[in-house]
Amino acid sequence: MTDMPDTTTTSDPSYHVPAEGESDDAAGYYVPGEPIVDTKAPGGPIDERWSTRKFEARLVNPANRRKLSIIIVGTGLAGASAAATLGEAGYVVKSFCYQDSPRRAHSIAAQGGINAAKNYKEDGDSVHRLFYDTVKGGDYRSRESNVYRLAEVSTNIIDQCVAQGVPFAREYGGLLDNRSFGGVQVSRTFYARGQTGQQLLIGAYQALERQVQAGTVTTYTRHEMLELIVVDDGEGKKRARGIIARDMVTGAIETHLADVVVLASGGYGNVFYLSTNAMGSNVTASWRAHRKGAYMANPCYTQIHPTCIPVTGSHQSKLTLMSESLRNDGRIWVPKKKEDCDKDPRSIPEEDRDYYLERIYPSFGNLVPRDIASRAAKYQCDDGRGVGPEVDGVRRGVYLDFADAIARLGRDAIEEKYGNLFDMYARITGENPYEVPMRIYPAVHYVMGGLWVDYDLQSTIPGLFVTGEANFSDHGANRLGASALMQGLADGYFVLPHTIRDYLADGPFEKVAEDHPAVVEARESVQRRIEHYLTVNGTRSVDSYHRELGNIMWEYCGMERTEDGLKKAIDLIRTLRDDFHRNVKVLGSADSLNQSLEKAGRVADFLELGELMCIDALNRRESCGGHFRAESQTEDGEALRHDDLYAYVAAWEFTPEDAGESWATPMGTPVLHKEDLTYTAIEMKQRSYK
Amino acid sequence: MRVTLKIWRQPDAATAGAMHTYELDTVSPDMSFLEMLDVLNEQLNAAGEEPIAFDSDCREGICGMCGLMINGEPHGPEVTTTCQLHMRSFKDGDEITIEPWRSDAFPVVRDLCVDRGAFDRIIQSGGFISVNTGSAPEAHSIQVPKEAADRAFDAATCIGCGACVAACPNGSASLFMGAKITHLGELPQGQAERDNRVVSMVSQHDHEGFGGCTNIGECTAACPKEIPLDVISQMNRDLRKALQHGH
Ligand SMILES: Cc1cc2nc3c(=O)[nH]c(=O)nc-3n(C[C@H](O)[C@H](O)[C@H](O)COP(=O)(O)OP(=O)(O)OC[C@H]3O[C@@H](n4cnc5c(N)ncnc54)[C@H](O)[C@@H]3O)c2cc1C
Ligand code: SF4
Ligand code: FES
Repeated sequence: MTDMPDTTTTSDPSYHVPAEGESDDAAGYYVPGEPIVDTKAPGGPIDERWSTRKFEARLVNPANRRKLSIIIVGTGLAGASAAATLGEAGYVVKSFCYQDSPRRAHSIAAQGGINAAKNYKEDGDSVHRLFYDTVKGGDYRSRESNVYRLAEVSTNIIDQCVAQGVPFAREYGGLLDNRSFGGVQVSRTFYARGQTGQQLLIGAYQALERQVQAGTVTTYTRHEMLELIVVDDGEGKKRARGIIARDMVTGAIETHLADVVVLASGGYGNVFYLSTNAMGSNVTASWRAHRKGAYMANPCYTQIHPTCIPVTGSHQSKLTLMSESLRNDGRIWVPKKKEDCDKDPRSIPEEDRDYYLERIYPSFGNLVPRDIASRAAKYQCDDGRGVGPEVDGVRRGVYLDFADAIARLGRDAIEEKYGNLFDMYARITGENPYEVPMRIYPAVHYVMGGLWVDYDLQSTIPGLFVTGEANFSDHGANRLGASALMQGLADGYFVLPHTIRDYLADGPFEKVAEDHPAVVEARESVQRRIEHYLTVNGTRSVDSYHRELGNIMWEYCGMERTEDGLKKAIDLIRTLRDDFHRNVKVLGSADSLNQSLEKAGRVADFLELGELMCIDALNRRESCGGHFRAESQTEDGEALRHDDLYAYVAAWEFTPEDAGESWATPMGTPVLHKEDLTYTAIEMKQRSYK
Repeated sequence: MRVTLKIWRQPDAATAGAMHTYELDTVSPDMSFLEMLDVLNEQLNAAGEEPIAFDSDCREGICGMCGLMINGEPHGPEVTTTCQLHMRSFKDGDEITIEPWRSDAFPVVRDLCVDRGAFDRIIQSGGFISVNTGSAPEAHSIQVPKEAADRAFDAATCIGCGACVAACPNGSASLFMGAKITHLGELPQGQAERDNRVVSMVSQHDHEGFGGCTNIGECTAACPKEIPLDVISQMNRDLRKALQHGH
């Protein structure tokens, strides 16, 4: 840990002294609550905390494990790895996903790679440097203990995956290859062509299926979790004890009970309608848990990815990411002159091109972090220098040009590195990127926000653990490229299996009867909601509401956020939500495969989440990571953080409004609980990529 | 563009299905094939007819969830997945028939959705390397010649979509299975279970009701990931060896 001299200072005691006349933009939209603390992270030197916690976490005798049941919602990297590992340990595991096979979870779509502090390139990488980069990349809004642990276990992930047969890229000598990725100056990213997520997920999926064969895991595919069951344990503690799931083929509403529930249900970027997420990615599992008492942390932290294929028209159903590894070799530019914007880019001479990232950020150039690259693209297009087709009167695209790289390295080398991405681009756009520069534009890609968890990955509901993109814990206000895969697998293979045993050491818990009032309530609320959607019998399709919500979110809670815009968005969302419940049109029946009905439930939850995201963004009058408040910028337009005011995690508690039926209580005013962020192993610095 | 769509509709596995005809005249060549179906579904919903059920998730050609028989070809006329097919591959005035995968081992769930659970069960029977979490050796202790790594990778790109089965006159899943056997069999880590794997997987395959392979090659032609036919030869070689070893 000696390679990073500038990272060990103690935290500044002046954090959180509110400034005189501190503005409270969200006044009236929330109620201040008690602070929240993470009680599970041990103190002491940062590099010993995880060993300490593992040692202190109680053990469960192997014979008892067979009596302990675990529900895991989600079969992405976070869920499949956990299910496989806990199955191997001998617990009784039930694994759920909404797709027809666990292998199709959205993790499959990750392209670029996975980070690990192996330092195989001897380029100065280390656990400490990965930790440092992740905290810095997250703009000092993540919890240092969690991040350090993530960096620490990262190396085990690669060992595990290689042993499973994950075909990572290799050099001619037969050893693993690495590349540098997303604004990082060391080569620590392991990759499998442009299909890293696929290969990692297939590895985890095979491990999971092996446990199905072994009889420890049962998979429930085409099953959607629609409610969390929370039961009082008789000693005044409410514990998560199961879920209500709908069999999406038969429509049966099923009750599944267990000793503990894990949500690994992924991110909620689809609140924006258009995103790089899969069509079915949703917030329902998380939101239902939130409504039952799990706090939602930093919901407004959204990552907008700079390199996606631009929108072509109103039929657009999703956006496709071009891995940002492309920025290693591609150069981003727009024409200097507006009149050049509709010309063949190859005919525009060098001196008339503006390589704006290289110009503004000479040391990082095209490899600046995602939020900076995204906003810069937006500004060029707002300035009228975007390229590609006009949609609603604006050209929203910038060039990503490989001509220089092809000239330098040869077409074959480029094809070897990026062939499948180039093919994908050609298929979608009908253009050949070897000949004509690609066109790219930012799109919603990832959410750093999610359910609040402590160091053990346990939410504010005892017995409810949350892993992967669904939790908030490791990436702060922004995530580094190739770190989500790392987090999902770290959580599932190496963290949760240790922390969950400490909870399970108190089990098996008293059996819950299917007719327990809390179970009946959960089941009936699901049935009532379904009945509601099918009987509104209005005039607008679910998709039309989803698209409208997405437009509101993208406009006012997207790359740049303002007080006025966010307040306007909250009003618009409230009106839209109200209209949805009166006027949505869902055909078909409850007792068969009904995709409109599935979507209705998801969109209803997005319509509530969207409001909370705006309130969270409104409260945070600072710019940090992926969250850019126009009111908080430096003179040259760079993001300006306010560590004195906002070095905290905003953890929101759901409060129901008094009105309404129990199954359809409207959202009340949320309560804000703040978790202070203090850094002992790293010094907070204002980010500068110039 | 205007197209005439003939689409298979079937309420559930137990009820007989039939082809229905729909006209759509607001198609843009930039739409993906599934976006075209989204547009049709919006129209149906507005007119009070239940939307057509079809599967998709990533819409990026990687999850393997989508898969339609388009004019008798799995995933349609291009070498790609249904979700990556675009309407520019069709002409104004075209008639397009759309059906689900047809195979006894893939029962129809509704309209264009089928149940591919048999693929999961084949993987369960042996499509893995047995290594518990935490017991892996240091990654660099395993060296894999680049050639083997590349061949393993090519086979590992299978997305489990089932087009190979839908294309095969015998309804065989040999390409899918051969891909997994080649992926794991090319790697040093996969050697210990090599014999067992092939025997178990082939036996599960037959048990699921997939047909035998007679080397017709329609599977490779339909495969969106261009899994080569030689993975089937590899599987057959591995099977022969395993049997010689007394499995
Ligand atoms: C296009 C793309 C490329 C990416 N590339 C990279 C990259 O190169 N490197 C990187 O590190 N990260 C990348 N990311 C981010 C990363 O892929 C994801 O953050 C990560 O895979 C999330 O994994 P997860 O296990 O948390 O959730 P997911 O993989 O999203 O899995 C969610 C699971 O939950 C299930 N589920 C959800 N809701 C319900 C419900 N209500 N009921 C039942 N089941 C439910 C789903 O069926 C699924 O199994 C990329 C993301 C995208 C979109
Ligand atoms: S071998 Fe090809 S066609 Fe068959 S399942 Fe795999 S990807 Fe699909
Ligand atoms: S929807 Fe994922 S491959 Fe087509």
